[in-house]
Amino acid sequence: MSSVLYDAQGPRAKRRNVVLTVIFLVATAALLWWVYKALKDKGQLEWALWEPFFSGTEAWSTYIWPGLQNTLKAAALAVIIALPLGAVLGIARLSDHAWVRVPAAVVVEFFRSIPVLVLMIFGLALFAQYTNVSSDDRPLYAVVTGLVLYNASVLAEIVRAGILSLPQGQGEAAKAIGLRKGQLMRLILLPQAVTAMLPAIVSQLVVIVKDTALGGAVLTYSELLSSANTMSGYYGANVIASFTVVAVIFIALNFALTSFASWLERRLRRAKKSTGAVVGANDAQIAGTAGTGGGGTV
Amino acid sequence: MFDFLEDYDLLGAFWTTVQLAVLSAVGSLVWGTLLAAMRVGPVPLMRGFGTAYVNIVRNIPLTVIILFTSLGLNQTLGISLGADDVETINFRLAVLGLIFYTSSFVCEALRSGINTVPVGQAEAARAIGLTFRQVLGLVVLPQAFRSSVVPLANVLIALIKNTTVAAAIGVAEAAVLMKEMIENEAQLLLISAIIAFGFVVLTLPTGLILGWVGKKVAVKR
Repeated sequence: MSSVLYDAQGPRAKRRNVVLTVIFLVATAALLWWVYKALKDKGQLEWALWEPFFSGTEAWSTYIWPGLQNTLKAAALAVIIALPLGAVLGIARLSDHAWVRVPAAVVVEFFRSIPVLVLMIFGLALFAQYTNVSSDDRPLYAVVTGLVLYNASVLAEIVRAGILSLPQGQGEAAKAIGLRKGQLMRLILLPQAVTAMLPAIVSQLVVIVKDTALGGAVLTYSELLSSANTMSGYYGANVIASFTVVAVIFIALNFALTSFASWLERRLRRAKKSTGAVVGANDAQIAGTAGTGGGGTV
Repeated sequence: MFDFLEDYDLLGAFWTTVQLAVLSAVGSLVWGTLLAAMRVGPVPLMRGFGTAYVNIVRNIPLTVIILFTSLGLNQTLGISLGADDVETINFRLAVLGLIFYTSSFVCEALRSGINTVPVGQAEAARAIGLTFRQVLGLVVLPQAFRSSVVPLANVLIALIKNTTVAAAIGVAEAAVLMKEMIENEAQLLLISAIIAFGFVVLTLPTGLILGWVGKKVAVKR
């Protein structure tokens, strides 16, 4: 195999590869053995600690499934609210009028440069002090508020990158046949941009799902991570087992989303019908001019 | 109006945030570079390991990782990373968790830089008789690093914001202080504005400077 980094391998390089493979295997085996020893010494491999997840459905129906539902609920609410908001902000940033463009840019850059957790903590206190949302619902409201404020501004950048990724001729042709600015955006640019930015939006879903876990750890929102905590208390300190199960669920969920996003991206890049413009998972931040942001997919 | 600030160590909290960010940045740059080397290298087993690491780690919420370092590594397995008091232990655990997580993104940023170098560059270099080291050192890696600046800057900014997750295990950084101040003072908007301002001060110049540097050094194609 040849790549930009190295040429097709000769006999010496192949021998070196074998040596490296062996060294790497030994090192990995040593590490795994050390992990196994550590777990064994503390009795974390006892079947009793892992049993709840493999025999019977109690752990799943009492803890994991309700937790997962809450995780998905917060994520879904956040996406549904953040998408239109992000679209409006993104389009506003492309406006011809400075009094629309500048405030939109300030809002987007501001919320992109603040940690989600800070926004969530702010949301929790906001709902506690200024509204009469019941204290049971407040964590959900706060988590969704934090996620919406942050992700709306990230999505705004994705929308903007999506519209800017279209060939200039699209807008020029639309103007030439006499469409107004509103029609140009609504009929020509947005429909094409939406397809172009689908992969980036799906990747952003991963970030949203991951960030809901903050609500469980800091805001007492009963999502998947906090159900791991409850479980390890209930099943006799099986922290390792509970966290492993929860991590595997997160990995499976997010891996499915990531794979879907890259499948979409490949498919769109192949498609001949469209203009060929695609905003990939990592393009949105690069397109951002002021460059505060970043971490859209991190 | 700002009187209450005297009771709190605002600068101290942000100093902890900065320390978390700098230590984790250095650590994840080292480990992330190693991962990237494995992921693009010629040894299939290491390539598989690098790919698996990145795909697994970046799909776990950072919160799960950080909480696990405290509840799992420290309280269950008794790993204390050579510290005695709870504060230092938690700080070091948070850095460990941040490095574990961020290095997968550093790896991807570096790999995206390498991917921008056209194969023709290396082929041309080999064709004029440069050795393996010269091809990498003079032609490929300089171009790859220059294209990695912007993605790496994005990772750094995300890392600065992610340090707040250390609040989950009680590291006394800015988000913990914010929670404490909000509980004790009736100044929600002011407190939030101050904390937000602190993060804007940390992330905005980083983004602007590194974004400018990135554009300056980027290879025009």
